[in-house]
Amino acid sequence: MSHAISVAVVLYGLWLLLSGHYVPLLLGLGVLSVLVVLFIATRMDVVDKEGYPVHLGPRALLYWSWLAWEIIKANLAVTRHILSPRLSISPTVVRVKATQKSELGKVIYANSITLTPGTVSIDIDGPYISVHALTRDFAADLRTGDMDRRVTDFVNEA
Amino acid sequence: MTLSLVDLLSWACLLGGGFFGIVGGIGLVRLPDLFTRFHAAGITDTLCTALIAIGLMLQSDSWLVSVKLLLILAFLFFTSPTSTHALAKAALHGKLKPLRYKGKEGASSST
Repeated sequence: MSHAISVAVVLYGLWLLLSGHYVPLLLGLGVLSVLVVLFIATRMDVVDKEGYPVHLGPRALLYWSWLAWEIIKANLAVTRHILSPRLSISPTVVRVKATQKSELGKVIYANSITLTPGTVSIDIDGPYISVHALTRDFAADLRTGDMDRRVTDFVNEA
Repeated sequence: MTLSLVDLLSWACLLGGGFFGIVGGIGLVRLPDLFTRFHAAGITDTLCTALIAIGLMLQSDSWLVSVKLLLILAFLFFTSPTSTHALAKAALHGKLKPLRYKGKEGASSST
């Protein structure tokens, strides 16, 4: 129940941000929309820890800023490979183990892999993620398990 | 007319975003197969989009518009890996095999 209330508050905040018109009619329509969405979401059974992972809280910002830096570094590396005259790539497929227990954790890990240019998660098989890497170096970087560890820390210490 | 610092930053971001967009395009043409092209598309999905959105945020004169741009960016960062994964999975399912590097071990680029 507290989850539903918190979803409603966030949704209404979103409505206020997106509308920008603070007159009674639109505020009332906002309340109506939030209630309808909440009703549908409850029926779909997605108002839970997985569909609305608010428990990750502020640590998400910490993880995202680390991820953002990784993405920038990887972007520059891939840019170098693309612009290098002899196209210095060595495509590889590797399987890495995802140590996260929850599906949410695995999704965060797989999405983080894909968001980082140079590595794309192409298949998930139990705890293993098949990753296509543009070069062997990207694959080796992923194999160190640094990202996996960070995602596990970030998801588990709730 | 003098350029303010905000304008300067904004233009740097927009031009940077444009540059990475072009790099992504070049990558799409130069890279040999679908799976390697994902990585070029990854550049356009992440750094290019982020820089352009940040550049536009700095240009907007109301913070409501900036928030909307930020939300667009956030949604893109959640959805683009999902669509890439769906594409990759469909390609694998369609029996498309990724190219593999056949050179000597260690002979690959060691950047």
